Amino acid sequence: MAIKPVLTKDFATENLIQLKVYERSGGYAGYRKSLEMQPDELVELVKKSGLRGRGGAGFPTGNKWSFLPKGVYPRYLVCNADESEPGTFKDRYLIEKSPHQLLEGILIASYAIGCNLAFIYIRGEYLPQHDALETAIAEARQAGYIGKNVLGKGYDIDVILHRGAGAYICGEETALLTSLEGYRGEPRLKPPFPAVKGLYGKPTVVNNVETLSNLPHIVVNGPDWYISIGTATFKGTRLWCLSGHVNRPGNYELENGTPIRELIEEHGGGVWKNRKLKAFQPGGASMMALLPEHLDVALDADAIQKAGSLAGSGGMVVMDETTCMVDAARRYVKFFHHESCGKCTPCREGTFWMANLFDRLEAGAGKPGDIDLLLDIGYGIEGRSFCLLGDTSTWFPRSVIKFFRDEFEQHISEKGCPFKKSVQEAVA
Amino acid sequence: MPLAKSTADHIKDLAQRYPSKQSAIIPALWAAQHEQGYVTPEAMGEIADHLSLPASLIEATASFYSMFLTKPEGRHDVVICVNAPCMLRGADEMAAYLGRALGVRDGGTTADGAITWHSTIECLGACGGAPMMQVDHQFEENLTEERIDAIVERLRQPAVAAAPPAALAESETPKRKPAAPRRTRSES
Repeated sequence: MAIKPVLTKDFATENLIQLKVYERSGGYAGYRKSLEMQPDELVELVKKSGLRGRGGAGFPTGNKWSFLPKGVYPRYLVCNADESEPGTFKDRYLIEKSPHQLLEGILIASYAIGCNLAFIYIRGEYLPQHDALETAIAEARQAGYIGKNVLGKGYDIDVILHRGAGAYICGEETALLTSLEGYRGEPRLKPPFPAVKGLYGKPTVVNNVETLSNLPHIVVNGPDWYISIGTATFKGTRLWCLSGHVNRPGNYELENGTPIRELIEEHGGGVWKNRKLKAFQPGGASMMALLPEHLDVALDADAIQKAGSLAGSGGMVVMDETTCMVDAARRYVKFFHHESCGKCTPCREGTFWMANLFDRLEAGAGKPGDIDLLLDIGYGIEGRSFCLLGDTSTWFPRSVIKFFRDEFEQHISEKGCPFKKSVQEAVA
Repeated sequence: MPLAKSTADHIKDLAQRYPSKQSAIIPALWAAQHEQGYVTPEAMGEIADHLSLPASLIEATASFYSMFLTKPEGRHDVVICVNAPCMLRGADEMAAYLGRALGVRDGGTTADGAITWHSTIECLGACGGAPMMQVDHQFEENLTEERIDAIVERLRQPAVAAAPPAALAESETPKRKPAAPRRTRSES
């Protein structure tokens, strides 16, 4: 299924980060065309395109926009550029290569929802990308794309670039809004959803970088073109972040519906060092493991869900036969424990105890009941916190226990990690 | 030490920029850290004054985010990721090598005050170039022992400013002091 890339099609163009180069590649035509339309028409166009969010949940973008209550102003658009799901590095790439593509998407979305002040919340570690966006915003302001009475169309828009300061939880939309308001980044209970009560208590749309970067292309080429790409339920392309034990890790833009096998074996050059595939995660740290038998599943949120995992933010982490699945799960659990904001007890305490148990297992001090205890803690966390961080901290470990329970038992019976000693040497 | 007048003025401007002055807290903390290297209790008090907000609120926010430093550290900040995608490609070995090369343990600062390093479980978003580390504000990807040696040697030079990010080398972005992303919360 070789199709032309959408988001990355001009990424080989030199100096694409500069406004004049971006314009020469057709940039800002989508924004100009949008300003000729009525905002409602634009919302309908995006609805018709079937565009779904690329941040993790895959919610239809146009529908999200139409949840804003009528007649309530001001309303805000917030671009979520707080990418921090382990295994995901696409938003950084999109910003680095084409900050104007994102900015144009933000301006189109802002106009569509009737917003006059948009925010970009970018994670603190992405300083060069922050600076690239800062330059892009300044250029767009000078060119009259941002400001009062844009291009004489009577539309006012300003964009504020806001830098985070190191907190995974702020990628969760309500925590992001709380953080943007200056507080500790703790999530809020939903409902009310941000569309009704978001930033400063006003109607707010939070969209991911990749989602917004799609908009200029959808507006220019029309929804019918977009519908022609992808699967029945997931349109367009997606950036897959391939990492772990492959020969060529990196970002690959593929049509939704492409088999996972093609991503790993063709684009990624297959599993490295001529080793066998053991497991992979299709959606970053949070998502359940899949096995080699799932290689022919399509890169499509719904197909992946049917196979028992989730596409999440598109982080494909590949693990070869030498991987200690206990250690892999341990890293993630320690990560979630570290990043739990502490607001909800089940997540704060549950991730702490899971991390302790994993450390104990990996160090060879595991006890026979530890596996069931891990599962039990997992059930004690899931569904009992304000946001999904706690839930997702249990998904990968539980899937690994399901598929590789013998490895856990081996850690206990052999009083240590069997992989650190034998397997790596045998294969290497 | 009080904040420089330019920083104080910048913080007052920030308060006007957002619909709520409280949103200026994080950018104000960044400004204080850029100027002084870390966020002092005095700076938090000053931010509170400039924004007309209680100092407790400033500290509550500052203490939540791992990139705000509450203590001074080395001239350069080196953070190496050991989360799973990096671990799969040898991050543990690279972290151990870095520790040996610098002669200090995880979280420590070299005797010459040049480098503070630590490993982090927080993914930095460069799994495609794993193993990786962040040197000041720049990502160094596809690490090898040789590359670590070269980076360490460069950072040990007295008062060498960090190179600007390649993506911005030709842009007109003003020079800024390297960010020092060191976590202030303990790992466990």
